[in-house]
Amino acid sequence: MERKFWKNYQKDIPDNNYYYERSCIRQSFFPGSETTFLRIVGDVLGKQIEDDQNLHTCTGIGYHADVVPFETTQTIIARLFSLMSEKGYRNFVPSCVTSFGLLNEVVETWKHFPEELQQTRDFLKQATGREFEIPEYITHPCDIIYKFRKELKEKMRFQIVNQKTGEPLRVVEHIGCHYSKVFPQAVIGSAEFPQVLAGMVEEWGGQVIDYPERRHCCGFGFRHYLIMANRGYSIANSRKKFESMEPYHPDFIVTNCPGCTMFLDRWQYTIKEMEGKTYDKQGNGIPVLTYEEMTGLLLGFNPWDLGLQLHQISAEPLLDKIGIPYDKEQKYLGKSGKIIDFKGF
Amino acid sequence: MKNFGFKISASRQLDMDTIQSDLYEKLIQLEPTAKRCLMCGACAATCTAAEINGFNFRYCHLLMKRGILDNLAKELSKCMLCGKCYMVCPREINTRSIILKMKALMTETTPKHYSL
Repeated sequence: MERKFWKNYQKDIPDNNYYYERSCIRQSFFPGSETTFLRIVGDVLGKQIEDDQNLHTCTGIGYHADVVPFETTQTIIARLFSLMSEKGYRNFVPSCVTSFGLLNEVVETWKHFPEELQQTRDFLKQATGREFEIPEYITHPCDIIYKFRKELKEKMRFQIVNQKTGEPLRVVEHIGCHYSKVFPQAVIGSAEFPQVLAGMVEEWGGQVIDYPERRHCCGFGFRHYLIMANRGYSIANSRKKFESMEPYHPDFIVTNCPGCTMFLDRWQYTIKEMEGKTYDKQGNGIPVLTYEEMTGLLLGFNPWDLGLQLHQISAEPLLDKIGIPYDKEQKYLGKSGKIIDFKGF
Repeated sequence: MKNFGFKISASRQLDMDTIQSDLYEKLIQLEPTAKRCLMCGACAATCTAAEINGFNFRYCHLLMKRGILDNLAKELSKCMLCGKCYMVCPREINTRSIILKMKALMTETTPKHYSL
């Protein structure tokens, strides 16, 4: 009985052969994270993963901002699936949690309303001449990292530990709402005990902080941010979380959602500018990492290859705590080999 | 301080352990049908006064339930007691009676809030 009950909180994650869909907003917010994930899965774990150049939006932002109708969303997602089918894959891996939620929403709709599936097949055929298969698995990349967390630990150069004191670092793990709250059954630990990030942190030596507003939304909420008049509500949500976590003195925040990473990072700067308040003892703000960045750092990747220079809250104090070496001079080294000069920006 | 074109909204969180709930408990004793409300809003949708002065029965009910009494007397004064909301209520809640009871409770127990 107990085993059967806990089955509801488990999730089947495929071992290999992933078809990766890049995220619209992650490629501009934190472009290093997706490349890092591909490196981890392809080079470190030696798995087969397809990074298809022909992929496109899932319409998530437009859909949640009420400018894209659901029929259009279904057809565009069907085209994503057709590209996957064309390459011979069955495991769809969307980088963004909003894509993850939306893909699950569409597939669930098709289960309950077969006429919607048929209509989508007709629309896609008429518009593009394409056909598609529904994926066997829709898996978020953080599920894959979680699944292989023990294998990755063996290859890691660092742990989430303060190198000077030997104490585990205190970590706030923040799960995206569209990952765990849209279809809780599609998530490790469900919406009640989402384990995916906590499992990584604890496996790799860190200590997860259980603070009162742990499951509160970061405040992105699409329309809350997209319309300027509503941004006060968006930032109020983030502030509520920061104030709740502040007494526990977190060393960093890790998230699995593009919007959460963006807003928990950027809003700290905005709150500092608006109210003069920061949420760490040194007044630098709490560094915010994506789970790929956290994994890449521990594996010993160059922090600047991960894109940490694009964060609002400087990650250097965290690197110093863990003992990860970095070259200050190389922080803004461009692809051309020249240091990017920010004077005049 | 920089101006970003928006401000940080104040929290509207209620602490259910500290709100003033005694008036609502008295209301339920006086008019037990109030407990049946599921906040569907049919009362507000059919309200004639709403067209004129923005009256909303559900809003008043919520204000009392949450112990937010500052504007309640003013809101209650907008009701014309026509009883249309009573006719459309799917839970057969005696809305007109509730309005009268709420007014009476406000007058008797919290006169400081009853200055229109």
